[in-house]
Amino acid sequence: MKSPTKPIIPLAVLPKNELGLTVRDYEGAMSTLCAGCGHDSVTAAITQMFFEISMPPRDIVKLSGIGCSSKTPTYFVRGAHGFNSAHGRMAPIATGANAANRELTMIGISGDGDSLSIGMGHLAHLMRRNVNMLYVLENNGVYGLTKGQFSASADIGSRSKRGVANVVAPIDPILLGLSMGATFLARSFSGDKAQLIPLLKAGVAHRGLAIIDVISPCVTFNDHEGSTKSYRFMREHEIKEIETDFVPWEQEIAMPRSKDDAKEITMHDGSTVRFRSVPEGYDPRDRQKVEDYIREHRERGEVATGLLYLNEDSIEVHELNNTPDVALAKVPFEKLCPGSAVLAKIQESFR
Amino acid sequence: MEPTNDRDPNYFHQVVDCQWACPAHTDVPGYIRLIAQGRFDDAYLLNRSANVFPGILGRVCDRPCEPACRRNRVDGTPVAICRLKRVAADLSGDVTDRLPTAPETKNGKRVALVGAGPASLAVANDLLPLGYDVTIFEKYDRAGGLMRVNIPEFRLPGEVLDFETQCIIDMGATIHYNSPVESMRELLAQGFDAVFVGAGAPKGKELELPGRHDDTTGRIHIGIEWLKSVAFGHIESIGERVLIIGVGNTAMDCCRTSRRLGGTDVRVMARRPRDFFKASPWELEDAEEEDIDITVNHAPKRFVIEDGKLVGMEFDIVEWDEGARHSTVVDTVTIACDDVILAIGQENAFDWVERDLGIEFGEWETPVLDETTLQSTLPQVFFGGDAAFGPKNIIWAVAQAHQAAISIHQFCQGRDVTDRLPDTMTLESQKMGMAQWSYHNDYNPSPRQQMHHVELTQRFAALDLEVELGFDAEQTAREVQRCLNCDVQTTFKANLCIECDACIDICPVRCLTITANGDEEDLRSRLNAPSVNPDQAIYVSAALPQTGRVMVKDENVCVHCGLCAQRCPTAAWDMEKFELDIPYAADFDLLSKTRSDTLTRS
Repeated sequence: MKSPTKPIIPLAVLPKNELGLTVRDYEGAMSTLCAGCGHDSVTAAITQMFFEISMPPRDIVKLSGIGCSSKTPTYFVRGAHGFNSAHGRMAPIATGANAANRELTMIGISGDGDSLSIGMGHLAHLMRRNVNMLYVLENNGVYGLTKGQFSASADIGSRSKRGVANVVAPIDPILLGLSMGATFLARSFSGDKAQLIPLLKAGVAHRGLAIIDVISPCVTFNDHEGSTKSYRFMREHEIKEIETDFVPWEQEIAMPRSKDDAKEITMHDGSTVRFRSVPEGYDPRDRQKVEDYIREHRERGEVATGLLYLNEDSIEVHELNNTPDVALAKVPFEKLCPGSAVLAKIQESFR
Repeated sequence: MEPTNDRDPNYFHQVVDCQWACPAHTDVPGYIRLIAQGRFDDAYLLNRSANVFPGILGRVCDRPCEPACRRNRVDGTPVAICRLKRVAADLSGDVTDRLPTAPETKNGKRVALVGAGPASLAVANDLLPLGYDVTIFEKYDRAGGLMRVNIPEFRLPGEVLDFETQCIIDMGATIHYNSPVESMRELLAQGFDAVFVGAGAPKGKELELPGRHDDTTGRIHIGIEWLKSVAFGHIESIGERVLIIGVGNTAMDCCRTSRRLGGTDVRVMARRPRDFFKASPWELEDAEEEDIDITVNHAPKRFVIEDGKLVGMEFDIVEWDEGARHSTVVDTVTIACDDVILAIGQENAFDWVERDLGIEFGEWETPVLDETTLQSTLPQVFFGGDAAFGPKNIIWAVAQAHQAAISIHQFCQGRDVTDRLPDTMTLESQKMGMAQWSYHNDYNPSPRQQMHHVELTQRFAALDLEVELGFDAEQTAREVQRCLNCDVQTTFKANLCIECDACIDICPVRCLTITANGDEEDLRSRLNAPSVNPDQAIYVSAALPQTGRVMVKDENVCVHCGLCAQRCPTAAWDMEKFELDIPYAADFDLLSKTRSDTLTRS
């Protein structure tokens, strides 16, 4: 079988962004995932998002671990930097990359297996450290690459393709994030780009770790009746009470404020997240209320999506560690590693 | 919008832009695919079933298919459809045993055809296999009509014309050469069951300006008359300085013929700017390649005659407003010349049709006809080709001839001529397996192949030296892959869709959108890629099962790559080959041999 290619059509009408690039310039290799995989839609949303915010591809770092989800960085922004790490180890690699060059925009793609099973310890520490990156968790509730066993995010009672019900309690990455001190927590659905793309933009703009848990159905092993992560289940049980717009700071003046805006949170770079609607009494900055809200919906078998929690006072890893403003990668080597004589002097100071 | 009715053959037919634009609805992607497979005989016969003269049309067709070709909208230049048709004709082997034949036993009906041009011959081609006794009356000593006398041999070689006209006549038509019909009354008196007039528009238009009739040396010519005299060998030379008045395709044939008969300073004089020329762009290019000057904005004023001899022509130099509707004279100029050829159009000549026979004529001296049946007001008389609605072109003549043949057949069998069969279609999935299609679905970025011409230094050696050399094997191989397979249709089954967006994300031209339904204008304003061509349909599905939204496809720039169907997890999208079945005269008679017997397609 010949692998298909997506041709470049010269006269196709494609808008250009501020850099003069079209969305096709933000694509990567052709996906080899199953036809209809939710991850491909997430890829398309990421492609569109980077196109819309006119991010130069050379300023992007793509990181991933192992799994179907972790293949996807290959499928967007072919001109970006990238590192495909060992299973569950994307978080420490990202921490290291970010420590070395804080000027790059980092996007990590992981899955429920990579993040909530083998890599959960690393994820927890990534949240604690508040590494400045966008972390997309493509969540389908199964181990697709090993043929459909339940993952750590499978709901109790959700049925496998063979009809067996899951009996083990799930890990909810959003609740995990709330308890670990994460500063930006959102949930979305691969089948809803209108919601996902603004969330991705806000995630890139957020200073600190932005986690977006994207329910991304596994079309091969988890898209049947009885699944709680199928296309149909999501369309029937998704609760979008929290609706948000992302307004980049350049557009602030152009976009009139509407009376219906329930809440508005200004981010550190001047852009704003505008909540078009939130439920009565809900405050996306109130950790306790957010947790109650998510638990309530979970108990009703519903999936609450949107930008669920945002800490506008987020302090990211470089601020916590008081590192210089300039990327360490740009600091001359002699300064970064001043040699054994200086080391000896420092050690001497501790005596 | 209501869901698109894709069971109506006209919907997918319009997606095949070339086939829709072709008056005879030739299955262009079908024959291009056969050429790609090296099946030249089949490609020739598939062509012939619709347009009757593939070898001729592969050289001189007006090719309405090419401006319509989807490839224009994709990389700016159409597939060289016409040249590929010639490839099919040039490379096909002996197909004579696969051509239609006339039965031994005739059906007892006699039909007279006036003129042996493309229209009459195409009627004969349709009626002879049904057992009709066909008699053709031809003015000259050879068949072909305008194809013979008005198109020079350096564009259309005699042997190509001979083969394609003769194989129809050889089916068993009785042809009377040198037999102009001088009276319709006398023709009708011969007791034919039906008469078809395919006599063309043989009269060149006159340009009545001062001095027109003062030249006694015969150096002012009427274009199509002059071309005819050249074709019959009556004229073998022309002066060095020649002015052609008019800028249609006849003018192009006149100027290029002049270059071959001794004209060294040949100028085509046009009243209007270049965008308003009637000649096809490629014919203009071919003329200019032969050093012919095309002068714009010169309106002829008078012939300059000295001592009864043409010495030049006076022109007003004009300026036009936008849209070239009104002009103002800015200067006057006299251009010296030895000959002037008038090529400003041609018209019908029906002085041989008596006006008291019941055949009514309209205001432009054209017969009053039913546009579908081509029947005149005298029921047994039918018209087709240039004789019907004034000068058009060969492919229109063939298209009308097919319709006239159906009418004649219905009429002679005592059936209602307005009783026509509808077009039908077949759709067949092209899926062979995972990511495998039975057609070549890769988009090929090759540019249009350029036709090689005989070198300018050798081109004028003989009048009948064909200028275009045809595509070689490599050019053919590249050009066939430029075809976008518009006949392999994207079809959608809404009930299977799970709205996973896979098709939308993969489409290289972003022509797919899933969105809430609305009216057409509203839907067009919400597509993923802006809708820029309202002439192309949008394909709208029924409501999708999960959300009730609809799948919308803008047909405009779909490249039929099949990636949507390849990515679709539920086979809601499929690629299905569309084949249009157009009824011909034979299909109206279940007892007769149908065309599917004479032509086996893959």
